[in-house]
Amino acid sequence: MTRRLVTLALILGLGLALVAPVSAQETPGVTKTEIKIGNTNPYSGPASAYGTIGKAIAAYLKKVNDEGGINGRKVDFISYDDGYSPPKTVEMVRRLVEQDEVAFVFQTLGTPTNSAIHKYLNGKKVPHLFVATGATKWGNPKSFPWTMGWQPTYQTEGKIYAAYVLKNVKNAKIGILYQNDDYGKDYVKGFEDGLGAAGRKLVVSRQSYEVTDPTVDSQIVNLKNSGANVFFNVTIPKFAVQAIKKAHDIGWKPLHLLNNVSASVDVVLKPAGIEASKDLITALYLKDPTDPQWKNDQGMKDWLAFMQKYYPEGNTKDAFNVYAYTVGQGLVHVLKQCGNDLSRANVMKQAASIKDLSLPLLLPGIKVNTSPTDFYPIEQEQLAKFDGERWVLFGEIYDARR
Amino acid sequence: METFIQQVVSGLATGGIYGSVALALVMIYQATDVVNFAQGEMAMFSTYLAWTLLQAGLPYWAAFFLTVAISFAGGLLIERVIVRPVEQAPVLTIVIVCIGLLVILNSVAGWIYSYIQKPFPSPFPQTPIHAGAIVFGAHDIGVIAVTLVVLAFLYVFFRYTTLGLAMRAAAQNPISSRLVGIRVGWMLALGWALAAAIGAVAGMMVAPIVFLDPTMMSGILIYAFASATLGGFTSPGGAVLGGLLVGVTENLVGTYVPFIGTELKLTVALAMILVVLVVKPSGLFGRVVVRRV
Repeated sequence: MTRRLVTLALILGLGLALVAPVSAQETPGVTKTEIKIGNTNPYSGPASAYGTIGKAIAAYLKKVNDEGGINGRKVDFISYDDGYSPPKTVEMVRRLVEQDEVAFVFQTLGTPTNSAIHKYLNGKKVPHLFVATGATKWGNPKSFPWTMGWQPTYQTEGKIYAAYVLKNVKNAKIGILYQNDDYGKDYVKGFEDGLGAAGRKLVVSRQSYEVTDPTVDSQIVNLKNSGANVFFNVTIPKFAVQAIKKAHDIGWKPLHLLNNVSASVDVVLKPAGIEASKDLITALYLKDPTDPQWKNDQGMKDWLAFMQKYYPEGNTKDAFNVYAYTVGQGLVHVLKQCGNDLSRANVMKQAASIKDLSLPLLLPGIKVNTSPTDFYPIEQEQLAKFDGERWVLFGEIYDARR
Repeated sequence: METFIQQVVSGLATGGIYGSVALALVMIYQATDVVNFAQGEMAMFSTYLAWTLLQAGLPYWAAFFLTVAISFAGGLLIERVIVRPVEQAPVLTIVIVCIGLLVILNSVAGWIYSYIQKPFPSPFPQTPIHAGAIVFGAHDIGVIAVTLVVLAFLYVFFRYTTLGLAMRAAAQNPISSRLVGIRVGWMLALGWALAAAIGAVAGMMVAPIVFLDPTMMSGILIYAFASATLGGFTSPGGAVLGGLLVGVTENLVGTYVPFIGTELKLTVALAMILVVLVVKPSGLFGRVVVRRV
């Protein structure tokens, strides 16, 4: 309600502002004291577990405003609920661009939802910055110069697992379980690209499932009977829990690679059972808030203090809140670099020239890098093994750029 | 051969789930002549209820029976408050009301309990059973056993009790039933109550396998419809057998027919519904319904 009132007040204010002469150069949503940024998040519906990301970003930007804003401007962050439904995302983003007149759109969440606004925003030349999805298609500056991803892509992560298997497993026989859609296929493509032409022969079984399937039991049985000793598990949390438990129940003990999408200890590993989850391997790029090794880490302490002051109702065990805080810092970096030129073109230009930016909650050694031809900000990850209580990092940091 | 047997066993286990939900569908259809699209969500909500009771520290079986009792009352309430006003309305209206109920129950469950899945305990032993190279969970057998017990209960209830007979009569011929003194309205409500109770049992059997979250039933319900259609919407035994058949067929076709594979498993279930409706609309064991038009 208050958000609506604020929006209303802003629209009224904007109406008044329009009466005054405006120079043709000005970017919508940017005044001397304020920059308006739009966002959509699933605050309701089946994907609403992600909604905390939008809330935590809003809280972070409030902190930034309280500390004086960026180059003297405060950020007005307008975030609408799209319920993870693409048609709703289109409606909300059009409202953001055409009625609220935001300077740009930031961190819109979800692969299908962002796909629905991809062409619209590029057609309108509105920056579509740091989208919250791991699909690979967001880093395509040639065809979509106004869209940029943020986190490591699913293909990047797939390549990392492939490199690990090639290096560490002798006589690998690989079984893959994946969700039959863009997300699942993206992971599998990265993984198989990483294996290379010769390595691809190591894959002995590929099993897919549909989001509508009640269970993946049958697929797990087939994977076990294929004789696979490596299991690449590309599933969302609901099916990851089932797959881990079923593999354990039927006595299948492969080297189990679990995609980062389902790497939550609280949501996936604990429900599946500690015994069944032990020795799982995943790839991480953010510090895990439940990991005691970061207890005295300055970045983590600052984050906790921020959570307590600005987002007390948020869950401090939830890695999504770490994600939101970090991407918020990425945004602030870009806006600072823009200086006083907040034109849409300059926002994209600055976003595409980030050099070795370290952020406090990225794993040590992982840096944000972009260029006019590289629209993938984070491309490094480190593997971690579940020891029954937490993810223990091991090995070097993999860099997909190399 | 090993794959074959393991797939059959695993198919029977999931088939047991489909059968138990199909049983609830058939129940409500028999008692009220309505296909209840909200059946899955009602069962899901009951399971959350059981989860809450377990969290409060109740022993499993106490929570189990308490949940069944509360669900029974809840089903009665839903019929009285929500379905009753549209009782005389066209079928389509009732279908829409059921779908509305589905959406409401799903959202309310998500609102109260969040969309993050929760583990739900099984009353059966945790250790897997090994028979040669074949492995299966004790829970898988438990599901089928519990479903058969419910089935036996229903059989006895409908076949040998006056109340059961009255319920069948009320569903099939409401006007004549009213003339011989059956309180048709209450019989319909009782049908909803029984279906809700059976759904609760099914939900508590399903949750340990698929884990508890507000969408846990959405996939299963489609297969349950296939099972009920295959077995016959008028035959409880047929529904359970239909469930087992669907579960096994789905697994075997997914494993051995390459162009179908795991990608088209759901399509197999939908194709089964279609074929049955075209070839034998009453299902394998259903009674042929003749209506004067």
